[in-house]
Amino acid sequence: MLEVKYEKSKGLTDTKLSYCPGCAHGIVHKLVAEALVELDILDRAIAIASVGCSVFSYQFFNCDAQQAPHGRACALATGAKRVLPDNIIFTYQGDGDLASIGIAETIHAANRGENITVIFINNAIYGMTGGQMAPTSLIGQKTTTSQDGRNQPNHGNPIKISEMFATIEGVAYLERVSVYDPKHVLNAKKAIKKAFQYQKENRGFTMIEVVSTCPVNWGMTPVDAMKWAKSDMEPVFPLGIFKDKGAE
Amino acid sequence: MARVLMKGNEAIALAAIKGGVDAFYGYPITPQNEIPEYLSKHLLANGKVFLQSESEVSAINMVYGAAGAGKRVMTSSSSPGIALKQEGISYIAAAELPCVIVSVMRGGPGLGGIQPSQADYYQATRGGGNGDYQLIVYAPESIQEAVDVMKDSFNIADYYRNPVMVLVDGLIGQMMESVDFDYPVKERKLPEKDWATNGIINHPGRRNVANSLYLDPALLEQHNFKLQAKYNQIKKNETRFELVNFDNPEYVIVAYGTMARICRSAIEMLKKDGIEVGMIRPITLFPYPEKAFDQIPKKAKGILTCELSMGQMLDDVLIANNGRHKVGFFGRTGGMVPDPEEIVDAIKSFNERVVK
Amino acid sequence: MDTKNIKVAGFGGQGVMMFGQILAYSATKDEINGLWFPSYGPETRGGTANCSVIVSEKQINSPVFKNADHLIAFNLPSLDKFKDHIVENGLILYNSSLVEEKINQEGAVVVGVPVNDIATELGNLKVANMVMMGAYLELTHLFSDETIEAIVKKILGEKKANLFEINKQALDAGKDYVRKLGVNYA
Repeated sequence: MLEVKYEKSKGLTDTKLSYCPGCAHGIVHKLVAEALVELDILDRAIAIASVGCSVFSYQFFNCDAQQAPHGRACALATGAKRVLPDNIIFTYQGDGDLASIGIAETIHAANRGENITVIFINNAIYGMTGGQMAPTSLIGQKTTTSQDGRNQPNHGNPIKISEMFATIEGVAYLERVSVYDPKHVLNAKKAIKKAFQYQKENRGFTMIEVVSTCPVNWGMTPVDAMKWAKSDMEPVFPLGIFKDKGAE
Repeated sequence: MARVLMKGNEAIALAAIKGGVDAFYGYPITPQNEIPEYLSKHLLANGKVFLQSESEVSAINMVYGAAGAGKRVMTSSSSPGIALKQEGISYIAAAELPCVIVSVMRGGPGLGGIQPSQADYYQATRGGGNGDYQLIVYAPESIQEAVDVMKDSFNIADYYRNPVMVLVDGLIGQMMESVDFDYPVKERKLPEKDWATNGIINHPGRRNVANSLYLDPALLEQHNFKLQAKYNQIKKNETRFELVNFDNPEYVIVAYGTMARICRSAIEMLKKDGIEVGMIRPITLFPYPEKAFDQIPKKAKGILTCELSMGQMLDDVLIANNGRHKVGFFGRTGGMVPDPEEIVDAIKSFNERVVK
Repeated sequence: MDTKNIKVAGFGGQGVMMFGQILAYSATKDEINGLWFPSYGPETRGGTANCSVIVSEKQINSPVFKNADHLIAFNLPSLDKFKDHIVENGLILYNSSLVEEKINQEGAVVVGVPVNDIATELGNLKVANMVMMGAYLELTHLFSDETIEAIVKKILGEKKANLFEINKQALDAGKDYVRKLGVNYA
């Protein structure tokens, strides 16, 4: 008698993921999908895909989806949520999309307390376009547009989104998580689920920042990339809950 | 409702409500501010959505989100603001979503000025967004016509799943005229919005996606063929124009919007001087009424294109005329609006105005 | 009634725009066509303001006109700016409280009314534009007292309904002044 020990989440379609080996997008997709299923909100969810490596996420999440122009995911989410307040609407954005070209849309959605959830993947680099410097790239990090390493006088410091958004009144839940080991994966799941739970309860803007990996553009093996996320990224982007209106 | 005196922008806003708008997203810019101001009051009071966005860029993308959700949604702006919306407009057209964009033109380029202009004809009909896409563009000449077009615009957008632009100049936006809101709108059998991304719960068994990404060039080409077929349908069904004083014109003016009204007065003045001048007044700029040009008598001495710009519609006049008649141009720009006497002079000095 | 092209001009705050709007509202009430177009933008703040009004029994074509049939000037700069843009046998009505010199314009009927002084005598300078309106209607008979009063009432609304009486007095005072001058225009 065979027993099913593991099943792919019903929150994901059968479309093959397009992500590179060792990239954490796949893990985060799974966590989001599981959260939607477990909270029984998949059938009223609308995913807003952004531009970057996760551009195809509209094919992966097993719910309705819209594909946004670069940086504008929170504007689409706002537009849709305002006319469909009973639906669950989330954006899935990378650091270039959210923290660079789309920072105005994101800040203002947060400030209005839009009742949406933002899944923010921070891997400190532009993946899809081939490894250019991101607003979250670390000081000293070599990228195709900072070949001698990012330096403050020329490029400024890595932008700390969670710290910045923690000051915004409209934010209901904000946590920075990582997925470099099982323990952290489980915690990330908890955080994502909590964010969607808050949206269900109309508490306001929720965002989960995931410290992620990009082995291909970092020039590392998948294992080294996971290690680097912990050793080099985490000191700059410390994990933790930055805001929780439910706990206040 | 009897005729009322209303400011153009407010009348456009009220007409949008009568057309069934569910949501408005926009950003302040002169000379269109009375549209969001009016809607902020009347949409929210009726449980509809009004949101002042952080930018024009954001506004058009909120429109994208709400249009994808299957609602009747609009934005309004003026020249530099419409420039910022071009990205979103291209995406909305590509994703085949319906929405209405009101463009109240002011002088340009750059920050330009705030006085009336028609220098955004290219922007409306050629677009600043990328790719092969078209908006359905209406260019009403009066507040009454703006109201009639606006009321119908959501039906047209829904019918073709395409953005509709209502293009007026600042003068139509800022002036007041007597207007009647009761003229009936053409009935259209509208297809169900079974494509709306409003949650699988509303369409069990099917995922709906609003998307404009086709990385496979063969598929993208197919998508473009499909869009083009739709634009051809629109050309066939929705082309609108008016012929004025067209019995046996010696000259023919081509003008739209406020300029067309100025030309109407000029045509009356010229009649008193014994010069018969007809006018082709495009009501849709896309589709452009090329067929109207077939009705110009062979012996007509020429066509004078009149615009509040340096000559943008002129391109379409030259295409439509196809070398049959001499084409001249008269334009004022930057917010300068000519009086009818200037058009009279332009007709009388037609030979000096011939461009081709 | 033939089409009338009317230019109204003065300082911001003199009720210039309202004067024009009342004419356009009156046209709509009388079921003829009315069009009002303001000069808009920063120039209206604190500086001079002007608007164009067209009333007609026919369809209104051009919203802009070169020469006005009637100019109503509430101050000297407005008079200087527009007095040369009047049709043959047009009417120039000006605020003689603010324009001291005697105005002559060839081919036009020129009437000065000290609307500020008359309004001040009535106890409210703000109704100077209604004194002008009374004078204008006495000269042109464009709209009936009934129409104008209905529009003024509507604009004042319930909140300012108590101001109707002084506005009515202002209209009458303007009419009286012109009657006493013995000018015939229309």
